[in-house]
Amino acid sequence: MRDSILRIFRLWWKEVVGILHDQGVLIFVVLVPLVYPLCYSWFYTNEVVRDVPFAVVDECNSQLSRSFVRQMDATPSAALKARCRNAEEAMELVKRREVYGIVYIPSSFEKVLWQGEQTSIQLYCEMSAMLYYRSLLIAASDVSLEMNRHIKVSRYLHPTTREEEKVQRMPVDYEYVSLYNPQSGFAAFLIPPVLMLILQQTLFLGIGMMMGGQRERYRTCATRRCWPYRPHEVVAGKALCYLLLYVLLAIYMFSGITSLFGLPELGEYTDFLVFVIPYLLACIFMGMVLSFLVYRREDSIMLFVFLSVPLLFLSGISWPGAKIPLLLKYVSWLFPSTFGLNGYQLLRGTGATLEEIRPHIIALWIQSGVYGSLACLLYRWKMKRKI
Amino acid sequence: MRTGMKNVCSHFIGRILSIASRELKMYTCRPLFLFCLIVAPLLCLWMLTFLMHDGLPTRLPIAVVDEDNTTVSRSLLRTLEAMEEVDIVCRYASFTEARKTMQRGNIYGIFYIPRNMTQKAVTHQQPTISFYTNECYFVAGSLVMRDMRITAELIGLALTRQALTAQGLDERQSMGIVQPVVINAHPMKNPFLDYSVYLNNMLIPGILLLLVMLSASYTLGLEWKEGTQEELFRMAGGHPAVAIVGKLLPQTFIFTLMFACCHVCFFRILQFPCHSGMLPMLFIGIATILAAQGLAVFLTGMFGQMRMAMSLCSLLGMFSFSLAGFSFPVTAMDSVLQYAAMVLPLRHYYLLYVNQALNGFSIAYAWPSLLALALLVLLPLLLLKRYRHLFLYQKYTP
Repeated sequence: MRDSILRIFRLWWKEVVGILHDQGVLIFVVLVPLVYPLCYSWFYTNEVVRDVPFAVVDECNSQLSRSFVRQMDATPSAALKARCRNAEEAMELVKRREVYGIVYIPSSFEKVLWQGEQTSIQLYCEMSAMLYYRSLLIAASDVSLEMNRHIKVSRYLHPTTREEEKVQRMPVDYEYVSLYNPQSGFAAFLIPPVLMLILQQTLFLGIGMMMGGQRERYRTCATRRCWPYRPHEVVAGKALCYLLLYVLLAIYMFSGITSLFGLPELGEYTDFLVFVIPYLLACIFMGMVLSFLVYRREDSIMLFVFLSVPLLFLSGISWPGAKIPLLLKYVSWLFPSTFGLNGYQLLRGTGATLEEIRPHIIALWIQSGVYGSLACLLYRWKMKRKI
Repeated sequence: MRTGMKNVCSHFIGRILSIASRELKMYTCRPLFLFCLIVAPLLCLWMLTFLMHDGLPTRLPIAVVDEDNTTVSRSLLRTLEAMEEVDIVCRYASFTEARKTMQRGNIYGIFYIPRNMTQKAVTHQQPTISFYTNECYFVAGSLVMRDMRITAELIGLALTRQALTAQGLDERQSMGIVQPVVINAHPMKNPFLDYSVYLNNMLIPGILLLLVMLSASYTLGLEWKEGTQEELFRMAGGHPAVAIVGKLLPQTFIFTLMFACCHVCFFRILQFPCHSGMLPMLFIGIATILAAQGLAVFLTGMFGQMRMAMSLCSLLGMFSFSLAGFSFPVTAMDSVLQYAAMVLPLRHYYLLYVNQALNGFSIAYAWPSLLALALLVLLPLLLLKRYRHLFLYQKYTP
């Protein structure tokens, strides 16, 4: 037993030295996890889209229609870029990508209003990005709702006191709370899961590359000097090396990066550590299993990099998890990222306790167990033969 | 003179073809190429289109907390239930329970009706109803927010309308009072707000371009790794351009086929909007593939070794998804990033796709992107001399 532990430590040290001597692996297991999060946070640091430019075709040109346009311009999400005489002129601006939407106010706008009937304003949006549409629509509906309340109260209901006016404007008030991400920002929603995914992907890349290098150099999965070791010792030694390195990187990402860029950090920190260890173990063991597919160092880049995008979508972060087809859901359960991303988002994003994310943690431990044993079996099988 | 030109041309074409066939032979004995050139793109195509086959996600789970529990609050919840985006999966007696469910990740929103809501509304005390979304899941959160907000808005309108009807106004008149101005939103060319259209049209080309860049850099680098670069150079007759074109031609061809597959799948089978016709899109696809290959060849030549070039290609490929600007607009990013995005082929593919397939505008409006792609294709010309040097003297170092 004592010998076994000693051998594990010897293998651990050997792996550390191996990584330090391999520039390619160093790039993926140290440089990328350090630098990539900084870049990513930089991309999304503005969080929300402000002042989306729109054009207006105001055929009514009345005091009321002008006031609508002015109020819309004043909202944080939209900005008036041009007043156009007709639709063609406005379309031209859309084609040149100078504006992303057109507000069209018909000539009958004010007249119909004074007749006491419903009138409509047309909002045409260019659909190249959902966020432009969302911003313009929110701006237009906010202004119209406010205008409606004003018209309703000042023209028809004739309140006598200020209090009555307030109630008549909104017989039932409502408030909207966007929980856990108060400004509905892009960074707070996307970056923490992406950081978790980077941990998994760089582990796959790094472990795969080490294996590729091993096979290129010695034409076998385990160095000749590994012969006296038993498979589980090899797996444990390597895993220990990556686990220690990645716990540090995880702490860097989820304390350094998150506090630097003001990303959500709810929940207990110790809970986070309890959660991140099974996640890293599952990633490491799965990386070891997948590394048996890698015959050359660079193969691991070809195999694993592109996986990031489908995995992000399969995890149910960008695409609502409740709407993922069952078959793909089962596929997603094969990867630690599915549980890791969601678990982290719930734990640190929404401030859940370990109790609430127990299913995720159990799943990660099961994955660690299964992939760990599989890695042992593969080593045992492969150590006996070449390549 | 003319026959001389012709001879030279056929001479070059002959060399390119022989290099290309050597390349194809290499693919057949390596399953990795089969995987990266054909299996991976098709797998991603199937996976992502299948994942988003609903288009717009509908009936997302939410919870309600109805502390009022009167006919008014129940009819309000029925209205909410009838909305397209939300599906009331659980009802709780207290907010804490609902919040716990949200923290388990089972629901995306909570609709909360406080005690005595009806009583206060009838007696003009202006009660407040609240709704909460889990914005850690941004897309789902904003979708359920919309419907919950409409419902909350409706209750006030319904109450006013009731009062007006009691005063003897008819339906049309009362709507003119409670909601005089209506916003009719027209999302142009994608009227159903189909997320599949807007995401898949970029995600899959993005993955393809990532693979294009990686494969280009990989196959080039492999020559040095295997020590066959001198043989290749001899086959090319000492012209680095011939060697590179010959090596990458089979890939260009295969990836063009993959792009065509995607376009057929998008525009014919899934009926995504395509206002330009398929042919212009295919040309744009080819131009983008060539640009991506140009960029990869440039990076490989610059570093003179595949490891660094491939690392950088994967970095650029992954950044493309953010910097193309289809999820979060580039115009909302730092101005430095707006310039950085210009070197990414996917950014130009996105602008051209929006101009052509999505909107069907004249290509003249997108000339800067065409120019940028052309420049990227020509980029390796800067490094021809360096490539000659690499072919002759560079040795692979692990």
